[in-house]
Amino acid sequence: MSATKVKFYQVGSFAVGNRLLPSSARSNQSDAHRADSIVSGHRACQGCGELLGARYVLDTAMRAAEGKLVVVNATGCLEVTTTPFPQSAWRVPWLHSLFGNAPAVASGVAAALRAQGRTDVRVLGQAGDGGTVDIGLGCLSGMFERGDDVLFVCYDNEAYMNTGVQRSGATPPAARTATTPVAPGHPGNEFGHGKDVPAIAMAHRIPYVATASVADLRDLEAKVERAMGLHGPRYLHVLVPCPLGWGAPGSQTVRLARLATESGLFPLIEATDGELAASTPIRRRVPVEEYLRAQGRYAHLFGEPGRPDIVARIQRIADRNIRVYGLEPAS
Amino acid sequence: MSPEPTLAAPRRPLEGSRAVAETVVRCRPQVVPAYPISPQTHIVEGVGALVRGGELEHCEFVTVESEFGAMSLCIGASAAGARTYTATSSQGLLFMAEALYNASGLGLPIVMTVANRALGAPINIWNDQSDSLSQRDSGWIQLYARDNQAACDLHPIAFRLAEELSVPVMVCMDGFVLTHAVEPLGVPGQEIVDRYLPPYAPCQVLDPAAPLSIGAMVGPEAFTEVRYLAHHRIETALQRFPELARRYAKLVGRPAEDLARGYRLEDARTVVVAMGSVLGTLEDVVDEARGRGLAVGAVELTCFRPFPAAKLRELLVDAEHVVVLERALSVGSGGILTAELAAAGVGTHARITTVIAGLGGRPVTAKALRKLIADATARRLPPLDFLDLDHDLLRRVHTRENGR
Repeated sequence: MSATKVKFYQVGSFAVGNRLLPSSARSNQSDAHRADSIVSGHRACQGCGELLGARYVLDTAMRAAEGKLVVVNATGCLEVTTTPFPQSAWRVPWLHSLFGNAPAVASGVAAALRAQGRTDVRVLGQAGDGGTVDIGLGCLSGMFERGDDVLFVCYDNEAYMNTGVQRSGATPPAARTATTPVAPGHPGNEFGHGKDVPAIAMAHRIPYVATASVADLRDLEAKVERAMGLHGPRYLHVLVPCPLGWGAPGSQTVRLARLATESGLFPLIEATDGELAASTPIRRRVPVEEYLRAQGRYAHLFGEPGRPDIVARIQRIADRNIRVYGLEPAS
Repeated sequence: MSPEPTLAAPRRPLEGSRAVAETVVRCRPQVVPAYPISPQTHIVEGVGALVRGGELEHCEFVTVESEFGAMSLCIGASAAGARTYTATSSQGLLFMAEALYNASGLGLPIVMTVANRALGAPINIWNDQSDSLSQRDSGWIQLYARDNQAACDLHPIAFRLAEELSVPVMVCMDGFVLTHAVEPLGVPGQEIVDRYLPPYAPCQVLDPAAPLSIGAMVGPEAFTEVRYLAHHRIETALQRFPELARRYAKLVGRPAEDLARGYRLEDARTVVVAMGSVLGTLEDVVDEARGRGLAVGAVELTCFRPFPAAKLRELLVDAEHVVVLERALSVGSGGILTAELAAAGVGTHARITTVIAGLGGRPVTAKALRKLIADATARRLPPLDFLDLDHDLLRRVHTRENGR
């Protein structure tokens, strides 16, 4: 048998293959006994970042809760694609109520469990960015402030994708959406910086806040594990690229998520009790242009004559993140 | 063991809200989200104080960020198998509207007190029934209390009915007129309520041992059937409510609540139909009119949803003129209850007219009702009338507008 050179890590991601690790250090998802909280047959698009993220989040939460988990879901892609009556892709107790109330419904489940003395059952709420940063923010803030025992997960794909790619409070500057079309004098979304809900969550001084991405699923699992090891309100904000809304092939989902962090536009952080506890340094820094060019929603920045001024402004946002969160590439 | 009359607690002077709070606590709710709004606030304050005071164990009293949050919390708690209660009024009920439809659609037996109050603009904190009537299509059972004793007694019945049918119930009581009135009231004793209301046994629940998906998306292929089934399920309350009310009445030794009740209907040619606290004054005025030889009666409607069409047809079968006294106005249409009565076939042989009264807290006085009955019996009532309308004020407004 000819010798094959074994790569210690995957090129690009720096992720170590599970087969090279002792079983105790392998990812939860590689475990044959994982919960399989979401099963195949759902109707999400090919390359959907949200379903990928949700699968890792829930299976890890299920392991941490020893299978005793109740999930509350806001309206959105994650709900619509998984539960077209009479089918369901969920193998966990799952409740969908409305678009804007998932955090409050999760609080209600937690209150009922407390009243019934069911301290063994944990509660997880989840929504997209619309359901979290816009229409659900009031309920989310109430849940944080009261100290309810809920892990809330936002799957952020940076627009209202379920209704056909409209701008949300999480849409980044200059992105083209159906409600921020490119027109003379209007280069996509207004220039701002989106609503920083991890920072808003930190301002509530809740026990745990973290950001994660589907580019580093082992890191996502670790953060869910840490969150589940704590009680009280916890918040996890996961970047989940959307092939449809971002204008990129489904094969690019993980790569785009990786470029978002490597450019500095989506910092990976953890905070405990309102204070920044950790941030993940960028291993291989890339200019924002590499991230932006790969997406149809930014195509107007790179045509003729293009908008190098806007690209430069976006680069300054990334530079600021790198400075503020200490993301300088490790030497 | 047959209930002893001594089980019925003696009446003592209580504010309506306090009596409702005490009754609700005896129903042992496990989760009570609370958000303040006048004139409901005393109710949740009362429940909160009793829970903190140790009167009710294993109850989570949760102060929330909005009424939308309150009803959403109820939804989560009820789906997780807890007996769930809240209270609201007016704008708060509207802020819940989306969640109200959701709660009934999911078949969650939440009980809520609505302290009836007007809807703005102009902002107005006083009583009418525009708020709960605006939610008449929300899939909730709606019961209207004629007085504070009824407001108390309807709550154990509401929990029992809600849980038996898996349908949420609103107990509506006139804001301020009832909520803030102090009078001698009998709060049902714990033993009576425990005997009447068994612990909540949900028909489906979020349970890790038996995972269910609740709240799936239903398309055109089955949505009509879902609604059809909901309609037929809520209609069973037309049998179950009177039966459960009778059973409760036996325990407390008070007359039973019913879907609707007639008052001095024998040979009555003119019958006034109303809901809520106006019934007390109305019945006094009917007595006076009877004393003067007028063939007048009244009908009290307690159960507005489901609408007891057959019962009302039966009560109003001999009436020549049905006057519907309404504490709400469907702007651009008229009387809400009138339309329901007409659709139910009441008035095929009788004239049916509407009187809008008591909007935004305007007192419905005996004097005004006396004139109303005089006008009705003399056939002077237009199809749509407004009680105690200030014609001088209207003239001034018209003059000013025409002068522009």
